[in-house]
Formats: sequence, C-alpha cells, structure tokens
Amino acid sequence: MTSGGLPVPGGRTRAADHRQESTNLADILERILDKGIVIAGDIRVNLLDIELLTIKIRLLVASVDKAREMGIDWWEHDPSLSSGQRDLAEENRMLRERIGALEAGRTAERDGGPREAEPVERSERDG
Amino acid sequence: MADALVYLYAVTDAGLPEPAVDAGVDGARVRRVVGHGLAAVVSSVDPVRFSEESLRRSLEDLQWLETTARAHHAVVDAAARSGPVAPVRFATVYLDDDRIRGLLAERGAEFGAALDRVRGRVEWGVKGFAVPSAAPGEPEPAPGAGPGASYLARRLAERNRAARGQEEALAAAEAVHRELAAVAAASRRYPAQDPRLTGRREEMVLNAAYLVADDEALRHVVEQHAAGTVRLELTGPWAPYSFATLEEP
Repeated sequence: MTSGGLPVPGGRTRAADHRQESTNLADILERILDKGIVIAGDIRVNLLDIELLTIKIRLLVASVDKAREMGIDWWEHDPSLSSGQRDLAEENRMLRERIGALEAGRTAERDGGPREAEPVERSERDG
Repeated sequence: MADALVYLYAVTDAGLPEPAVDAGVDGARVRRVVGHGLAAVVSSVDPVRFSEESLRRSLEDLQWLETTARAHHAVVDAAARSGPVAPVRFATVYLDDDRIRGLLAERGAEFGAALDRVRGRVEWGVKGFAVPSAAPGEPEPAPGAGPGASYLARRLAERNRAARGQEEALAAAEAVHRELAAVAAASRRYPAQDPRLTGRREEMVLNAAYLVADDEALRHVVEQHAAGTVRLELTGPWAPYSFATLEEP
C-alpha cells in the first residue's frame, strides 16, 4: 500500500552482497528474541506476548531497508505495529478532505493547516 | 523521579574488561556489575521507557525494535570479543544493581557452567538454499502430440523436476548438517526463513548454528559443498546466543 506520491528513500540501491558486513536483522532477532539465557527480570515483559510480531517479522522482514526495497512496509501502515500512527491519521485526514472536496464538486477550501506532505492543487475558480 | 532501571545484556567472567562499545540500548553507557566471580554487562536505562507498559508497546514498534536489537547485539558482540559470554535474552530488566548482584549470587554456579560450555568457542550460522535445478533442456516434442498435449507434458515435467529438486535439496541439507555438526562442539537448528524474509527466490533448506573453537573445519565442509545442490552461506562469528543456556543441553 505505498501511496503514489511518497518518495522512495534512496531509490533502489544495487544490492551487492552486503551480507557479511551488515548483520541481517532477521538473524539478530532470531537469536536475541528466541535464544540467550531466559531469566525473569524484575520488569516482566513476556516476549511471548509479541509472538505475533516476531512471527510476522520472521515471515516478512529481512532488514527494514531490504523489506522497503522489496515493497514490504506493512508495519508503517499497521497502527498496532508502528509509531507512524500519527502519519496515518494525518494521511487519513487529508484523504478525507480531498474526498469531501471532490464530492462537493469543488476544490477544498484552504484551512491553513500544515500541508508539507502533499500540496493540494487548487484551481482558482470564480463561483 | 523514579530511579533508573538496569538492563542486562550478558554475563561474563569477572576478569573481562568493559566491552568496547560506545553505547548500549537507548544510547545508555555500558558498564559492569561484578560479583561472585562473574560480571553482568548492564546499562542504566530510563525507568519510564523501560517500564513494562512502555516496553510492551515499544516491542511492537519495528523501528524501535530494530534499533534496540542492534544495540543489544552490539554490546553482546563487543563483550564476546574479549572472552566467554553468556548472552541473556533481549529486554531483561532489573530494578537495580543489587538485584543483579543477587542474580549472580543465586545462579552463579549455573552461569559459570554456561560460560565453561562456550569458553574458547564461537557460534557460526549456516544457511542453505536450494539451488534451482539447471535450466531445463529442450523439451522433446512427443511425435504426433498436439500443441495442447505437449504443453501439458512440459508443465508436468517442470513440476516433477521442481518437486524432485526440492526433495533433493532437503536431503542434501540434512547430510550437510550432519557433516557440520560432526565438526562442531554443539549445533542447533532454526526454522527455515521464509523466502519473503530472506528476499531470495531460492528456498531456505537449512538454518542452523554451530558452536566451534575453530572455524576452519566448518569452512572446509562448506567449501566442499560449494558445487552441491545446496548453496551454503556462513554468518558469524556470533556470540554463542544459541548455546547459552542455564540447563545442561
């Protein structure tokens, strides 16, 4: 669900074999989430609680960059997984605005809100 | 304001120097808590950000998880460079240094045994990918067969070849694993990673970790199979994550 207007960060880098240099995130997570000595600390966070997340990661994410390169960016749109929830809300708000404007058969009134993400085209039309 | 919490990365011998790493999780300084002949590698961390509630939320945030996982790994990795290390599972947090000292006192013997099992050894990861079968030869047109029948025959042959290739690759992976395990002090298998995870078209047929004193024999086995039906990839050396356990394996 990549929205068309978003810039692709860095574009598609030529994937020379970086595997030796930068350790694969999946390999790290496999080890630090699943292996290592299990002792009950004082702050009880049961990693099983996040099993769903780790399963998703196991399935889908090699490294965040690589995943993005592959077009896998669901966590950025999944409010339960992403800190980008606010962006989503903002995007929703703008989309609703656009839809409202289109349905009204005219362009949206500028409401003075921040529009850094996407300039709304606005034709100056006399009513 | 609440006191800082203590994030535990790993336990090492008491004699080891401070891990040579700039910062640990959340940018915190890495230090050691020494007791009972052991040293706990720790960081003081923010009591709010590392509270149960925040941690649970943060763990669902992939950006946070990646940054923190890499930071955790960097500390364990640095510690492992100077001696035996028993890595502790991600996100193990204590209230204060006294609680850490209590842990070292209570479970010192087990930590000692865990360190002895990995002393002088490192972990190597080996992943095996099924090599796609060689380009199919020209399909032999069956004499007299119509284009539809030829097409179906070709499809069937392709499917059979793929299934056979898969079986062969899995069998080869088993054989490779046995050879690798034979030159290792211990071995552990992981579930194969999904192709979407590896970002490769070849199916992963082997995902394993081996504990070795010297990687030469391991490399030798890997090289011997360079032209086989399974393409092997070596990752490491890792701190002995897969072999750090408080129970006898």
